[in-house]
Amino acid sequence: MANVTLQAASTVKPPLAPQAQLVIRNFNFYYGGFHALKNINMDIYKGRVTAFIGPSGCGKSTLLRTLNRMYSLYPEQRAEGELLLDGKNLLDSDLDLNDLRARIGMVFQKPTPFPMSIYDNIAFGVRLHEKMSRGQMDERVEWALQRAALWNEVKDKLNQSGMSLSGGQQQRLCIARGIAVKPEILLLDEPTSALDPISTLRIEELIHDLKKDFTIVIVTHNMQQAARVSDYTAYMYLGEVVEFDLTDTLFIKPKKKETEDYITGRFG
Amino acid sequence: MTLPESGAAVAVAAGAGLKVSPVRRAPSQLGDVIFANLTRGFAILALASLAGIIVSLIYGAWPSIQKFGLPFLWSADWNPPMAKFGALIPIYGTLVTSIIALVIAVPVSFGIAIFLTELSPPWLRRPLGTAIELLAAIPSIVYGMWGLLVFAPIFGKTIQPALAASLGQLPVIGQLFAGPTIGVGLLSAGIILAIMIIPFIASVMRDVFEITPQMLKESAYGVGATTWEVVWNVVLPYTKAGVIGGIILGLGRALGETMAVTFVIGNTNFLSNASLFSPGNSITSALANEFAEAEQGLHTAALIELGLILFVITFVVLAISKVLLLRLERQEGRKT
Repeated sequence: MANVTLQAASTVKPPLAPQAQLVIRNFNFYYGGFHALKNINMDIYKGRVTAFIGPSGCGKSTLLRTLNRMYSLYPEQRAEGELLLDGKNLLDSDLDLNDLRARIGMVFQKPTPFPMSIYDNIAFGVRLHEKMSRGQMDERVEWALQRAALWNEVKDKLNQSGMSLSGGQQQRLCIARGIAVKPEILLLDEPTSALDPISTLRIEELIHDLKKDFTIVIVTHNMQQAARVSDYTAYMYLGEVVEFDLTDTLFIKPKKKETEDYITGRFG
Repeated sequence: MTLPESGAAVAVAAGAGLKVSPVRRAPSQLGDVIFANLTRGFAILALASLAGIIVSLIYGAWPSIQKFGLPFLWSADWNPPMAKFGALIPIYGTLVTSIIALVIAVPVSFGIAIFLTELSPPWLRRPLGTAIELLAAIPSIVYGMWGLLVFAPIFGKTIQPALAASLGQLPVIGQLFAGPTIGVGLLSAGIILAIMIIPFIASVMRDVFEITPQMLKESAYGVGATTWEVVWNVVLPYTKAGVIGGIILGLGRALGETMAVTFVIGNTNFLSNASLFSPGNSITSALANEFAEAEQGLHTAALIELGLILFVITFVVLAISKVLLLRLERQEGRKT
């Protein structure tokens, strides 16, 4: 544990004054009558990786799913408070959800390739938001697959179904699909929980590489993963953010006893 | 010295704890053998009945096949007193009414299924779904009576004149909507068939749309797709096998439906124009109407041959659906 955090500390040195891109204030979330997130206040910093950790059911995935308003698909779920992206409250009812989701992309626990070719999997999202020629689209698809470190494996079979790839490749395809629309923020909901260790490692390397261009928020069950990939970490428990700090600080010198108990494995 | 002792101790402990009866028997394999043979027998029975039906249809139709040969398929002359038989009118009626039924029922069912799975408020889902399933439970003769006594008169008085005044004025297509507006006819039969097969297609579509993983749909919403884009580009391709299956189920029912069609199609073996308003005949209603009065010999054989043709049509429809599925999969890229 210790050497993992030390390694993270040596490679990741966020500047002292990062810029808040997404500001969460007095945020509450309800599943019907169940109060799932309680008074969340947090900043998501631009160009950084922020990790949400905590035991199952603590609300970390729920929080992630509110950031692109995915919960709006379900009428019984509702949110209160402020989610400010460039000063605009994402909870406003007049917000264009399709536009929001182009700005804030998402990758899920399990790979979810669309039932179409590898090329179309990438081009699908782009076509929804941009009109471009075939040549430009080819470039965009190649760019996205390159950035997702998948290009070399699929460049000769772009016409094959996305479902024909291995699990790890499918998840990188989903990441490529997410970045192809050039979002500002990329949400990753336990992106490696269904993958083998080698695929997991590739995704983690990818996250490292992607934060040059994108702000990344990742939910993970795996504390070592949070320590390895993130700059900031929020420890959540029972719908509340117990502690939110630089990853190094949180893992080496947590301020709260509960956080320390959780990251050292003494929890419950 | 210690080993045998501990071994005995273990044996004693196991004997005392688990209480295995002195004589242990493996379960008999007999049950499995009987079960396997029984199920195989059932499967063979299905194949045997299929073969039996084909053979007896061909045998029964043989005099007619011998007499008229292939021209039976495209001769429009059906004249029992003169012992002349041609199947064109019933074949045409069956195909046209089924096509009309599909043209109406597929988009409507698709809409119903999307509404039920994606758009409907949760409290409305169950009652609406049940109502649509209930439509499927109405006996076909009730549809026929309703079609003849309620639907056809209203249809002939209001909708047919409107169609003739609008679509009927167009070049080429206009011919389909011309002629006297008497209510009963090919179009009415097609519409009644559409109403009958909508519940089948809609409930199959709804069921397969529901098995689309929520996470897959969320992924599509997650790149900014609208509900329509999600349904059309993700849900539909994901469930295409089931959707085509549902459509074929409906088509099969439309092709074979007898009572309701017989009531509203007009039952005439003369057809002189292309208008869908004209009365006509379908294979099934020709059989239902004439079989009781048919004389032994050529008339009966010709009717049996009609049955054989219906069988072949259904078979061809099934085959086409399989080919269609294969082609769709190739398009998607799985098979290349």
